[in-house]
Amino acid sequence: MRDTAEDPQAEGAEPVAEAGPAGGGPVALALRSGGEAVRRRFRAGELGSFPVVLVLATVWIIFQSLNANFLSPRNLSNISVDIVGTGMIAVGIVFVLLLGELDLSVGSISGLAAAIFAVLNVNNGVPEWIALVAAVLAGTAAGAVQGYSCAKTRVPAFVLTLAGLLTWNGLMLAVLGTNGTVNLDENGLVAKLTTYYFTNDAVAYGLAAVCAGAVFTISYLDRRRRVAAGMRHRSMRYIGVRTGALAATAFVSAYLLNRFQGLPLALLIFLVVVAGLDILLRRTHYGRQVYALGGGVEAARRASLNVTGIQTAVLAVSGTMAAVGGLFLASRISSVSQSSGSGVLLLNAIAAAVIGGTSLFGGRGTTWSAVLGMLVIQSIASGMAITDTPTAIQFVITGGVLFAAVLIDALSRRSQEAHGRA
Amino acid sequence: MPAAPLLALRGVCKRFGVVEVLKDVDLEIHAGQVVALLGDNGAGKSTLVKVISGVSPADKGVIEWEGRTVQIRRPHDARDLGIATVYQDLALCGNLDVVGNLFLGREIRRFGFLDEMEMESRTIGLLERLTRAIPDLRAPVVSLSSGQRQAVAIARSLLGDPQVLLLDEPTAALGFEQTNEVLDLVDALRERGMGVLLISHNMGDVKALADRAVVLRLGRNNGFFNVNTASQEQIIASITGATENVPRRAASYETRW
Repeated sequence: MRDTAEDPQAEGAEPVAEAGPAGGGPVALALRSGGEAVRRRFRAGELGSFPVVLVLATVWIIFQSLNANFLSPRNLSNISVDIVGTGMIAVGIVFVLLLGELDLSVGSISGLAAAIFAVLNVNNGVPEWIALVAAVLAGTAAGAVQGYSCAKTRVPAFVLTLAGLLTWNGLMLAVLGTNGTVNLDENGLVAKLTTYYFTNDAVAYGLAAVCAGAVFTISYLDRRRRVAAGMRHRSMRYIGVRTGALAATAFVSAYLLNRFQGLPLALLIFLVVVAGLDILLRRTHYGRQVYALGGGVEAARRASLNVTGIQTAVLAVSGTMAAVGGLFLASRISSVSQSSGSGVLLLNAIAAAVIGGTSLFGGRGTTWSAVLGMLVIQSIASGMAITDTPTAIQFVITGGVLFAAVLIDALSRRSQEAHGRA
Repeated sequence: MPAAPLLALRGVCKRFGVVEVLKDVDLEIHAGQVVALLGDNGAGKSTLVKVISGVSPADKGVIEWEGRTVQIRRPHDARDLGIATVYQDLALCGNLDVVGNLFLGREIRRFGFLDEMEMESRTIGLLERLTRAIPDLRAPVVSLSSGQRQAVAIARSLLGDPQVLLLDEPTAALGFEQTNEVLDLVDALRERGMGVLLISHNMGDVKALADRAVVLRLGRNNGFFNVNTASQEQIIASITGATENVPRRAASYETRW
């Protein structure tokens, strides 16, 4: 497959031509269809989100056959709200995984942020939005401290964040004090986060249309620019199919959500955050540095990247997202207690990122994997609840899915390396 | 040569713990010159490259750029001066594609976002200069052959139009034909007035290409040669430490040892 590269006669035999304008090579490249590149990437072990979509479809089919209510608008709408809290945390975990590190403190940080909000707002009467900002910034600060010490001491992040897990949990208990549980204002801003629905059908449909339109416009403009420059570009058919698939997903989701209570505010915020951070990671200077660091710290350092700064920033993002997730989780049960942020929350967040296709070895993955992974985990949980299956089995099945995800990750990595050696 | 050298090192020392890896090393690179850096394994060649490129800065000594003293404390400093490096291990990010690696740390932006198209088109231009075909510029670098990776690393070093290029064993992983391509490239860069420091174990390459040769032995200067006049035996004797023909200054170090 790669033998062209070893071929000494490879195109252009004259030694070191002047850097002229793009000649025959790029045009020939442009003529090659995009399909070939896709196939090659598949064989080289870059599966992307394909396995997780397959798993999700399987889970849905199984539970739908067990209980006809599983794919009802009501249940799907509930799942879409339930994924948000843990999903926000998982988005932060994706950032950390991209560095090839692990953040174990996110559960505790989420609990700490929720406690800070509850105590400031409910117990001390601080205006809600100030308490909200304070809670989120506390998460940012906690993450930044961990990131900076991690970068400076060069201790693996999972050890330092293990210390963080205990520290922030202790701090949360101290903040909550002796009274244990704080109930949030039922009509407050934070409670509204997960209880507000856009009941007007037009909102969901409108947003679906806007998203599809935006994706199409951006792909089209990019294509036009590439065509004008005589460069390799995507075919109109590819853009059409991609936009069509996206639009179909968006409109079906909108239709289903509208048949229950409309578009949930929580889901909208979640998708906006995920899309925004995806653009940050894949289309900006900052994101490119995160990926580079995951590909090789030493290589990144020699390319004169600021390694300390990036590591600090990544763990700060993870802390911030943990705090945001903690507020959504608190909103869902409209209270904060000493058990906030404990239990399987941390494990679910990490599992979601990995199941969604973010590599444990660093450098591969997108924020969308948090959404897909959470959908799988929450679908299993919800399906188990509907079919009255005991929690024990739910854990075993989620564990099995995680195991499969890690296996796929490791195998695809090995296959990539094998292609490199070929 | 009357003009001040592009890059000059004077009395550079570097130690790792108790091991003195470089001791009072001098080196000059002039514009339009290829300087071969020779020495046995462990002589300190790669360390010297890392000192110049700012990866592991010198403990002592002076670095001069076009006659004025400069500080190279981190890779950024070296890059700003116009020093580019191709490391022995290439230092590429395996998960990034060719374009991403080439522009890492100096991405082209458009409205604040990465301008992938512009970067890709410049990549095509650069790689054409290296006369090497890479089938997919968007494939991660791990999936490329070692020759292709070498081409990517060299293309990256040329991106910022550097004045001094450090090549640490650039042909070690390459076949015959590809080695010739790299050597032709070095020749062309010299014609353009660039200063090149070339580490190589291949005396044939050195004789064919280099203007001057600097020999390191056990972390010290052990000879400066004009490649056109010095014999291969003289140079090899200096590398292996056979005492004949060793310049007096280095010999005095040897006796003091």
